[in-house]
Amino acid sequence: MARLVEIRNLAVTFDGQPALRGVDLDIAPGEAVGLVGESGCGKSVTWLAALGLLPAKARVTGSVRLGGAELLGAPAATLDRVRGGRVAMIFQDPASSLNPVHRIGRQIAEALALHRGITGATARAEAKRLLDQVGIPDAARRLDAYPHELSGGQNQRVMIAIALAGRPELLVADEPTTALDVTIQAQILELLAALRRELGMALVLISHDLGVVAESCERVCVMYAGRIVEEAPVARLFAAPTHPYTQGLLGALPPLHGPRRPLSAIPGGVPEPWAMPPGCAFAPRCPHAAEACAVTLPAVVVLPGGHRAACLRALPGFGSDERAAA
Amino acid sequence: MLRFLFFRLLRAAVTIVMVVSFAFVVLRLSGDPAQIIMGADAPPEAVDAFRAAWGLDQPLWRQYFHYFGAILSGDLGRSMRDGRDAILLVVERIPATLALTLPALAIKLGLGIPAGVYAALHRNSWADRLVMLLAVAGFTVPSFVLGLLLVLLFAVQLGWLPSGGQESWRHGILPMLTLGIGGAAVLARFTRSAMLEVLGQPYIRTASAKGVPWRAVVWGHALPNAAIPTVTIVGFMVGSLIAGAVVVESVFSWPGVGRLLVVAVANRDLAVVQCVLLLVAATMVTANLVVDLLYGLLDPRLRNQPRAAGAH
Repeated sequence: MARLVEIRNLAVTFDGQPALRGVDLDIAPGEAVGLVGESGCGKSVTWLAALGLLPAKARVTGSVRLGGAELLGAPAATLDRVRGGRVAMIFQDPASSLNPVHRIGRQIAEALALHRGITGATARAEAKRLLDQVGIPDAARRLDAYPHELSGGQNQRVMIAIALAGRPELLVADEPTTALDVTIQAQILELLAALRRELGMALVLISHDLGVVAESCERVCVMYAGRIVEEAPVARLFAAPTHPYTQGLLGALPPLHGPRRPLSAIPGGVPEPWAMPPGCAFAPRCPHAAEACAVTLPAVVVLPGGHRAACLRALPGFGSDERAAA
Repeated sequence: MLRFLFFRLLRAAVTIVMVVSFAFVVLRLSGDPAQIIMGADAPPEAVDAFRAAWGLDQPLWRQYFHYFGAILSGDLGRSMRDGRDAILLVVERIPATLALTLPALAIKLGLGIPAGVYAALHRNSWADRLVMLLAVAGFTVPSFVLGLLLVLLFAVQLGWLPSGGQESWRHGILPMLTLGIGGAAVLARFTRSAMLEVLGQPYIRTASAKGVPWRAVVWGHALPNAAIPTVTIVGFMVGSLIAGAVVVESVFSWPGVGRLLVVAVANRDLAVVQCVLLLVAATMVTANLVVDLLYGLLDPRLRNQPRAAGAH
């Protein structure tokens, strides 16, 4: 399968503190991939780094290839064409992600002018079409509205319209529903799924909500402390989680069927960036941690069915009964 | 909108009345104009005659109502020293003051805003540190000290420029610089923090994420937002065009409104002092009003709720 995006060994440090510690991730054209993990695990940083959107103090190393062309260290003009043109990104808080002093129409038209060279009345017509497409009622009148005159859900639809303006091959949605009401969340996720089918673009959905990812994605990557610790097709990840962190996340979800049980929380907290353990970052909280876990950084183990996990217990012959049972 | 304007104008009028009333009372309580103008050894009959002639022998409340009655009919009183209309005395000094304060305002805007923006865009660079060092120095040094320092350097040591007076345009350079540098320093600091605040906002990241080149992000997205808080301080500077040069005019013997005020206060020339204060209050209040209206223009969020804009 030809790859749209290839991320290799991507690492980011802020003032010497590691935020991302070697991420490998591939995105195929048209694919929907979920990126889950707790706040601060590096989900957003991965894509902000890939698109060169981190502040100057961030040190980024590794490789990010889009259609075979390297993005890290690419000239600003190249990145400006990629951003919004080939890879678009939408963010968590739609109300503050739109410029408060510019009208909606102008903010969409700006992207149209940059990536498709459309201006004037044509741009306005296209902006209206985009607002229609993302389901904003009375689009023609809304073009002249300011962000503060719209609701959070409508603003997120506007963000999506801006993202679609450049006809991107990949849309990165960074917690697109976290700041919205539950009913609106479902609408936005449905809209994203429908647009992806319609336009054939790839989607990366960043979320801390496993449920959101399960509904909208084909493949899930679980991140912990700046690394991807497990990656699998959605159904397989939920059926047979291999990494103890993933198992912990799933154990913390309330079951919809069967008898009620107390939710299990993962004890302890995420290690601070300046006190990263030398071995597996999850070892201090892991119920199955062995001595080796504290000293060896676990390599990624490739399992059948497109399943990968960065855990020593996933190695054949490590004596993991649970894995055999799974 | 009209309702908003009406209430703002009403508030402006109340402010002016309060300033003028306060000045009226304080000036009359703090010294006897008759005694000061006639001299300490003037015969008592002459002093009494002076008082009677200017109405100073009346009770304070009667003087006050008489004064306001006159203002409302357009009479701002006459100078007790030479009997000329106070308003004429003040108005003929305005061009001299504006000749200093307008170029100084240009220095403040032209130096302060670009320096602040540059410092914010290059945060923590040596240029940022230098701008901030100069800005802190610029606004912590009082204008009379800065003025004297400039005189020492450019007039006394180097002999390039005159130290005071108004004979040629060269005489204006040092007072302009003194006024301009302090204001530019304030504005640079203010602009920098406004800009930093805006650059950290999510919509700036959105603009970059949709492929807007950085220069256009700064000009098209960051500056219009950073302008909103900056307008407040610029409005204050515009409001002090008339009266902002009292100290500097005195240091450089520049015959403007500020120096007239100092002399008139020393002489207890009541009508002149009150006339200057009325003018100062009026410019300040007008500038504030313009700032409030500008807010609505710059920030669409304030257009629908003008009362929030009026809360500043």
